Amino acid sequence: MSLIDNLLDYLRGDNKKTAVVAKERLQIILAHERAGRNASSPDYLPALQEELLAVIAKYIHVERDMIKVQLEKHGEYDVLELNIMLPEDKRAGG
Amino acid sequence: MPKVIVVTSGKGGVGKTTTSASFATGLALRGNKTVVIDFDVGLRNLDLIMGCERRVVYDIINVINGEVALKQALIKDKHCDNLYVLPASQTRDKDALNLDGVGRILDELKESFDCIVCDSPAGIEHGAFSAMYYADEALVVTNPEVSSVRDSDRILGILAAKSKRAVEGLEPVREHLLVTRYDPKRVAAGEMLSVDDIQEILRIPLIGVIPESESVLQASNSGTPAIHLDKSDVAEAYRDVVARFMGDEVPMRFTTYEKVGLLKRLFGGR
Ligand SMILES: Nc1ncnc2c1ncn2[C@@H]1O[C@H](COP(=O)(O)OP(=O)(O)O)[C@@H](O)[C@H]1O
Ligand SMILES: [Mg+2]
Repeated sequence: MSLIDNLLDYLRGDNKKTAVVAKERLQIILAHERAGRNASSPDYLPALQEELLAVIAKYIHVERDMIKVQLEKHGEYDVLELNIMLPEDKRAGG
Repeated sequence: MPKVIVVTSGKGGVGKTTTSASFATGLALRGNKTVVIDFDVGLRNLDLIMGCERRVVYDIINVINGEVALKQALIKDKHCDNLYVLPASQTRDKDALNLDGVGRILDELKESFDCIVCDSPAGIEHGAFSAMYYADEALVVTNPEVSSVRDSDRILGILAAKSKRAVEGLEPVREHLLVTRYDPKRVAAGEMLSVDDIQEILRIPLIGVIPESESVLQASNSGTPAIHLDKSDVAEAYRDVVARFMGDEVPMRFTTYEKVGLLKRLFGGR
């Protein structure tokens, strides 16, 4: 893919190549699935996810698969990662 | 040390049987005494791809059940002297493949073979599990396509957690990524995941890339493993895979698409 092609794609807007979309989708779903099969992931994560979802639902309407809770190892720290995808219109600010 | 190598993928139709036949043949051509075992009980097909379907008398289940000796069920390959095929049963169901029985067969084969290649069925159920449980190394066959990559990741998870090496705390199964049915032209057009993408996602070493090719159908039509084909990209790609498996340094081929320029089109080249 040449620089010009990239530039044209960029100018044309967000019509991403499908291979790029495929890669992004895989990275997201596999991160989730790997976290799920990681035996060391504590068993309170699903409950935590449910409770967070309930709290958030009081204020914003979010689909249940738009919230992800996972524990990742970063060097010597465990990082609890909370990922909430807000609905399109809320994020854009109207 | 004899090696047990599973050819696995999770997803069906990605090229496991095609790969098992060519990989086992390649190992034999390089002087390894090799046996290739069909674990797809109920859907036997390796015999057709190896071209020995009319010589099948006994199968792996007969051996597991003690009905015949292992030697009676092994079929000698028609091209290579040091290559044998152990067919799957076409009539029994997958549960007949009990883990202990498979372990006993593999132990016996290890006494006389250098390489034992296990062609796994699709899925993550019993048949696929018995094919991978005893593996020392794994060829994870993956197509450049989302569902195949996801299933490969699942298989890697099982190898890392539930294989014999994992449960016994031995050195982990050595995993190799084999990307098959690759179309560099579509990759260049941004329509297909690239080898780099797949490797970045699955994070295991790449052992080779097999291009999508019509010659694979010709090979299966005639019951000749694709690695035997003359002047075929697929045959060369499989030979490269075997060479890398044996430790040779071989640069990757068939991964990039070259636009044929006008001059080249007019004045030669291919
Ligand atoms: N490199 C390739 N190019 C084109 N077709 C292929 C290639 N590898 C496999 N195939 C075809 O894909 C189909 C499935 O292959 P197979 O080896 O039986 O897969 P699996 O054992 O994983 O189910 C077959 O029709 C086979 O001919
Ligand atoms: Mg198969």
